[in-house]
Amino acid sequence: MRGKSAPWILLAPFLVLFIGTMIVPIIMAIGYSFTRVQREGLLGEAGVDSVFAGFDNYIAALTNANFIESIGRMILFGIVQVTVMIVAATVLALLLESASARWPGFFRATYFLPYGIPGVIATILWSFLYIPGLSPIVDVLGALGITIDFLGPNMVLWSIANIVTWTYTGYNMLIIIAQLKSIPGELYEAAKLDGAGSFRVATSIQLPLIRPALMLTIIFSIIGTLQLFAEPRLLQTMSAGITSEYTPNMSAYAFAFQYNDIGMAAAQAVIIAVAAFLLSAVALGISNWTEKRR
Amino acid sequence: MSATDNAPTHRAKPLGNAAKAARGDGRAGTRDAGRRPTTTIIVTAVLAIVAIYFLVPVYWVVINATKSTEDLFGTSGFWFGESFQLWENLKAVLSANGGIFPRWALNSLLYSGVGSVLATYFAVAAGYALAKYRFRGRTLVYGLVLGGVLVPGTAVALPLFFLFSSIGITNTYWAVLIPSLVSPFGLFLASIYAGAAVPDEMLEAGRLDGVGEIGLFHRLSLPQLVPAIVTILLFQFVAIWNNYMLPLVMLADETLYPITLGLDNWRAQTDRLPEFYQLTTGGALLSVIPLAILILVLQRFWRGGLTEGSIKG
Repeated sequence: MRGKSAPWILLAPFLVLFIGTMIVPIIMAIGYSFTRVQREGLLGEAGVDSVFAGFDNYIAALTNANFIESIGRMILFGIVQVTVMIVAATVLALLLESASARWPGFFRATYFLPYGIPGVIATILWSFLYIPGLSPIVDVLGALGITIDFLGPNMVLWSIANIVTWTYTGYNMLIIIAQLKSIPGELYEAAKLDGAGSFRVATSIQLPLIRPALMLTIIFSIIGTLQLFAEPRLLQTMSAGITSEYTPNMSAYAFAFQYNDIGMAAAQAVIIAVAAFLLSAVALGISNWTEKRR
Repeated sequence: MSATDNAPTHRAKPLGNAAKAARGDGRAGTRDAGRRPTTTIIVTAVLAIVAIYFLVPVYWVVINATKSTEDLFGTSGFWFGESFQLWENLKAVLSANGGIFPRWALNSLLYSGVGSVLATYFAVAAGYALAKYRFRGRTLVYGLVLGGVLVPGTAVALPLFFLFSSIGITNTYWAVLIPSLVSPFGLFLASIYAGAAVPDEMLEAGRLDGVGEIGLFHRLSLPQLVPAIVTILLFQFVAIWNNYMLPLVMLADETLYPITLGLDNWRAQTDRLPEFYQLTTGGALLSVIPLAILILVLQRFWRGGLTEGSIKG
């Protein structure tokens, strides 16, 4: 009897909190997403009339030009930023592990450092490096005859991409390095006997064998992209290019707290969660499928 | 993750280490003999240029925290200005608004410290239970938690606000602390690690000695799980410390803010009041330094734990 209840006792605190802070809120959000508030009122105020709205909120969200545009923006952002970051992390990991660099420990620590700096503070620091008049980078480029407006309407998306890349490249690099270290030494020995150069070793041995780590970092990066919120929200006051519905998350936030449209906000939050879930599941599926075909 | 699964992983471990050591030696040899010095110079130069990119914002904040507001705009951001008033600036940061900044720092420490310790304990206990016991509902729990890992945290922040406002605990410490106690990712790391690092024979021997099931976890298994515990603790600490959307959604009272939200508040006032540039810069410096030290000192723990997570994952 004791043996049967023991796992549940150990699981209980986690499960209670997990259900209370993830399952219940998600069910509530799904509930809200199918309702419409009839009377104007404050959030969560008792006595607000809410009526069943069917799929109205979802239809409204998916036909809302700004929301669709924000999703498109994140897809573009994700394709470019995640690719650049994962390629950079992989190249840095391979270079650091190639044993042809000096002070690898120092470089590894330096690249990883930004991960410990909160996105908010990273954004504040980079924003100071973007603002004309304050930024030495703008000054130096100006002296070279290059005028660039990091906060301009078209440029600002890539200025945000730079902040995200700066923060997470080192972290992804560490995951890849960990996987590189698990490659058995015999493989390197065999390659050396076959006369393979370090480029050949990288493409034929290292890259295929770090696929699981690459998949892990890509999935986390996709989820991260969909969540984008702090960086654009902070830059909003400085850039005319960022609207209050710039990313899907900012849109949901705006509908909840600025427009007081809880149903719409909930529908958007559900769409974001489902999209992140599906994208990750698809990525995992593709990974498993290609793994089996090899 | 049954007993039969564990055995090979367990035996494979020393082998893996031996291979690692062998390769390490082989590589050290090639480094001395095979590599041409020009390769070393080129690779090191490339890595150094990349390092500059990662250090620029940190360098900027260190330099510019020493300046007066006038120099901040009047002199080059890459070098010191005419004034050196680092201490005055930091004093201003610590005393502004009746010492609100130290309050934010303590709040951040409270959220991250208490949150990460409890979250780690809960995640490790649950992960251990999933790895070492066969019971009905185990697969269901696993599936639920896996779903939880894939649903983004910020997508839950808004639904959480709906829930917490309906029970009236928004704008309290609990509103930020309670969601920080859950780490589905930690549970996974813990269950993978426990599957490999806690031998069933040890648990059986403990049972024969009359140790209770909960005692087995606390007295015999926890010491085996230390590397996973350290990793989950660090992950969760940084995740809570860096969180922005959850406190933003939950908190209205400035005295409950963590550092991230507080500094954002100061930065937002720079438009109207230029002296807030200096406060924000000084505050950023003060919050970056302890984290930078933490990251550098604990770097090897990150590596150790990440290896476990990614190889098997």
